[in-house]
Amino acid sequence: MSVKEDITARVPGGDTGLIVLVLASAYLLYLLAGIGLGYDLRGQLNSIATLTFYIGVFAMLSLALNLHWGYTGLFNIGIVGFMAVGVYVMALVSKPLYVAGGAAQVGGLGLPLWVGILAGMLAAAILGFVVALPALRLRADYLAIVTIAMSEIVRFSFLSGDLQAFSLMGTRVGFGGGSGLILDFTPPLEALFQAFGLWGVYNGLVDAFRAIVPTNPKPVVDGLIYGLLLLGFVVAFYWLLKRTGESPFGRVLKAIREDEDVANALGKNTDGFKIKSFMLGCALMGLAGILWLMPQGAVTPNFFRPRVTFFVWIALIIGGAGSNTGSVLGGAVFAAVLYQGPRYFQNLVSTVFPNLDSPSGFGQAISPLISSFDPVPFLLYTIDSIRQLQLVVMGLVLIWLMHNRPEGLLGHRKETASVIPLSRPKSMVAADGGADESVRTDGGVDEGDSTVDRESNGGVDDE
Amino acid sequence: MSDASNPSVDDVANKVDDDALGAFASGVDTTEQFPLQVEGLRKSFGGITAVDGASFEVEAGTLTGLIGPNGAGKSTTFNLITGMLKPDAGTVTFNGEDITGLEPHEIANRGMVRTFQIARELSDMTVLENMMLAPKHQRGEALWRSVTPVLRDDVREQEEELLERVWEVLDFFDIDHIAHEYAGNLSGGQRKLLEMARALLTDPDMLLLDEPFAGVNPTLEKKLLEHVHELREQGYTFLLVEHDMDLIMNNCEHVIVLHQGQVLTEGTPDDIRSNEEVIEAYLGGTV
Repeated sequence: MSVKEDITARVPGGDTGLIVLVLASAYLLYLLAGIGLGYDLRGQLNSIATLTFYIGVFAMLSLALNLHWGYTGLFNIGIVGFMAVGVYVMALVSKPLYVAGGAAQVGGLGLPLWVGILAGMLAAAILGFVVALPALRLRADYLAIVTIAMSEIVRFSFLSGDLQAFSLMGTRVGFGGGSGLILDFTPPLEALFQAFGLWGVYNGLVDAFRAIVPTNPKPVVDGLIYGLLLLGFVVAFYWLLKRTGESPFGRVLKAIREDEDVANALGKNTDGFKIKSFMLGCALMGLAGILWLMPQGAVTPNFFRPRVTFFVWIALIIGGAGSNTGSVLGGAVFAAVLYQGPRYFQNLVSTVFPNLDSPSGFGQAISPLISSFDPVPFLLYTIDSIRQLQLVVMGLVLIWLMHNRPEGLLGHRKETASVIPLSRPKSMVAADGGADESVRTDGGVDEGDSTVDRESNGGVDDE
Repeated sequence: MSDASNPSVDDVANKVDDDALGAFASGVDTTEQFPLQVEGLRKSFGGITAVDGASFEVEAGTLTGLIGPNGAGKSTTFNLITGMLKPDAGTVTFNGEDITGLEPHEIANRGMVRTFQIARELSDMTVLENMMLAPKHQRGEALWRSVTPVLRDDVREQEEELLERVWEVLDFFDIDHIAHEYAGNLSGGQRKLLEMARALLTDPDMLLLDEPFAGVNPTLEKKLLEHVHELREQGYTFLLVEHDMDLIMNNCEHVIVLHQGQVLTEGTPDDIRSNEEVIEAYLGGTV
């Protein structure tokens, strides 16, 4: 239909090729921007690591949301609440035991990191169950209301003083309230490599990095490796959700999205399927939240404002709801262009034109435009405040997408909900072949037929 | 099923069956002979009583028509039988089991499947996906089985079996040439075929068709009817809601006439044709 569709169809390697292409161009752009900004190697590596990090988290979150919205048609706008519960429960379980006089005001249960991660995912899933149980039986919109309210309730709960510190199993634990919670457990990479006995190898790698980054290479290497780890998780999410979608289970989810009554009338317990799908997605959102915040030193409740939820929605809409490949792509594009992009653009402009004298306020920016039709101050002001305008840019992109490509970059790509390809089994082709003179052999011919069919019916069906 | 102190008709019937070893052939086997029994069904919406104590039975292996003027309560009766609506009073018994107030999926899993008045295809799924959805007890409907590597082979095996059946049914209904098409792109008649084919794949004992011929051209109507008759001969039981009197009269063995939420009369098409009350109801006697 559009030119873009032709391009997405022409990329070699199909969807995978497209993802690789998009990632490669994003990295290339960032490297070029880095050169423009005059970054040294360390700066370039850091910028790559940061980009990878955000591509990873947004791809994961948008994959999880795709299970809810793209597959099951569940309108979840409380994503950030499930992330928060994941992180906070993980911290509660894995933070070391409270020691009086230490930096941390509260402790945790001191259990290993992986136990904490599982507990966080479980808690997010259970919260999903509690939220879904009453809301799923009502009309779809109510789930939206309940989830966004839940995410704010979660945020305010972690802000509240009542949960700041309490006693659990004889030790002082808590969520830190508004001042935040110090995440003083073993750094995730250290825990991971130690678990596999590879910590020494990792330290060797850090030392080897001294060759290119002479001073303090550890943060650089940490960032890069953590980014790679996140991409690994993206692959795992993708694998899991692809299998979920391409199965009889996924088929029922799709049917629920299309028409729940029909699925029910065909003997599918739709409430059960919806709850399972919702809980799985919530657990994955919890995990994504954990992976996002785990490497930071601390976590505060106000990170979990609803805007994060809408970032994920934008990522999914860009990529195309209903397609796992599209979700990954949407996450990558969102992270590279809309989330990190404006910051880089502003830095780039101020580096390339260091002497730009942008006006300090909106009045000064707008008055020359009105009095003497001089747009330059206004333009400079806009560029100067592009980071603050990030949300406006996102809004414009959304409006543009809704008008021109509501199905997203890859939304037209339908992933068949079955374990096997659904063309006529070979055995049946042979059996029918001799007897019936009007045989339609298999997929190839069928598709030819059906396009004709579509064209001849098209006009009427569109009504 | 029912309290011991108050045995239901079915219990008695089963008991007789056991005791007499089928000696009283006529009085026995009510449930086997009449798989669907509706007793005193009642449903009102606000002040309007849509179904007002309807009682009837559907005989096994027949094509039974349910007719009535607009607003007679046909669709509501359908919805009450299939669990889409919960009755205010009355019972629905299917294959000897009280299914009143069960969820639609529970009723479908007991072997009674419905189609909808306006064909409700799943538009963004292909015809094949629509069809693959329908079969009951698919192993892969358990999430863990679908994602766990070794267990997924088990699911794959069943999918291959199902796919063969799906293609057989596609061939039977002559819609194999649109198998890969999105259901949303089908014509009205093709949707009706798809819906009936899909319902059939759930392996039901009984099919409830809600106006399957509405908006279907004469050629396709003939084709659909042929399918219905062929299936009936294979032993399926049909309950058919239809507006078109001629169609019902020419094809059904038994006709039930609903009027103002009650069964006005029932009998063979000839009985109905000559019934004054029916004519009056249709031509607008009392309202």
